[in-house]
Amino acid sequence: MGRSIKDMIADMRSGDQRSLARMITAVENRTQGWVDIMKAVYPLAGSACVMGITGSPGAGKSTLTNRIAKDLVEAGMKVGIIAVDPSSPFTGGALLGDRLRMRDICTLDHVFIRSMATRGVLGGLCQAARDVTRILDASGKDVVLIETVGVGQDEIEVVRASDFVVLVTFPGQGDGIQVIKAGTMEIADLFVVNKADRDGADELLSEICAMLELSCSVRGEIPGVVKTSCITSEGIDDLMKLIYGFVARKRKEPGPAGEHVREEILDLMEREIFRTVRKSFLNNDALARGIDRIVKGKTDPYSVSFELIQAFLMQDEDISRGGTRHG
Amino acid sequence: MEQESRVRILIAKPGLDGHERGARVVAFGLRDEGFEVIYTGLRQTPEQIVRSAIQEDVSVIGLSILSGAHISLSRKVLDGLRENNAGDIMVLVGGIIPDKDIEALKGIGVAEVFTSGSRIKDIAGVIRQHMKSQ
Repeated sequence: MGRSIKDMIADMRSGDQRSLARMITAVENRTQGWVDIMKAVYPLAGSACVMGITGSPGAGKSTLTNRIAKDLVEAGMKVGIIAVDPSSPFTGGALLGDRLRMRDICTLDHVFIRSMATRGVLGGLCQAARDVTRILDASGKDVVLIETVGVGQDEIEVVRASDFVVLVTFPGQGDGIQVIKAGTMEIADLFVVNKADRDGADELLSEICAMLELSCSVRGEIPGVVKTSCITSEGIDDLMKLIYGFVARKRKEPGPAGEHVREEILDLMEREIFRTVRKSFLNNDALARGIDRIVKGKTDPYSVSFELIQAFLMQDEDISRGGTRHG
Repeated sequence: MEQESRVRILIAKPGLDGHERGARVVAFGLRDEGFEVIYTGLRQTPEQIVRSAIQEDVSVIGLSILSGAHISLSRKVLDGLRENNAGDIMVLVGGIIPDKDIEALKGIGVAEVFTSGSRIKDIAGVIRQHMKSQ
């Protein structure tokens, strides 16, 4: 990065998309100096309403996100979108295709869409999503929509970075119980039965309502349920009413929630420790000797890993005493 | 520093031809080469392509064109990039391109042209070479 962080932030806040995009890249790649960017961005963020949009593959998340963003922009808001798709665990490559369904909004001045690859389970996607959200927030977006992958545990990870969670379901994937298993059920603030133009939407809606009577969200509130179709536009107005409700609530109570901050600090520490451990054992003799002893049948991975941790903690005690080390 | 960055590539089809098989083959192939490929689908305007490339902060744009309008479409994309201070993004063109137009495309700023029969490895090679020179 040739230019100062201060200049880049000023450009980004004046609407320069290239500066915004470059800053996101630097932080996503953990380029030297990313922590300084985030430290400068942090005080400027905190007012945007962050919504996670999650649900199984093919539920219509991208199409619905497109629709929601369009409506928000028409109401005069600025919208940032983070669209997450999976990376291949084998090559590290990724095919990011969410823009395919967002072409209506991709040329609107008040919309900024960024595709993100998961970059492996240990890549700390949740934190990366938090960071990118914060940059979009600092650039002046009123709402940030995080559209999740659509498979696996990442869902819950990513939504931990959001203020509100919208769970998108659709008829025709078996019974409703299948759709909303533990975990996703508890995190949703709003259930959408999408593709309402198809058979079975009413049944799914009533199944979800029945299940919600039996439990409630982690926040202790009964989430809203709405039936939508992006083809016929059925229910979109009702959905938007609930979305605007979220935006209004965030405006009333801006800033981070205590429990979110706690999770974030732990995530950041975990990631930093992980990186430090990986880095210091990359060409480590003790590790090589340990592997050798295990291969020869003299010891086992359990003993070796604990020995190495002991040795590691002894030499790096300053970390736990509050010393700072950035990779 | 642990290597966590990935080269990002936008694959786009400007203009009105409706055949995206080639674009898809290239998109999947480059993904398998370890790149992060943003695929935007059919019938994109040059303006949409420029915007997407900037927001996604890609290093490379691959344009797939079978319609015959490759010179004017490529020029619009290249001009749009320059107008937005993004002239450093490498633009590759693939598709059905007559031999006599290849030099013309390179003349307006297209880095390389891949016609049918090109190998993914060669495309990936050009991209890697470009990244090294950055």
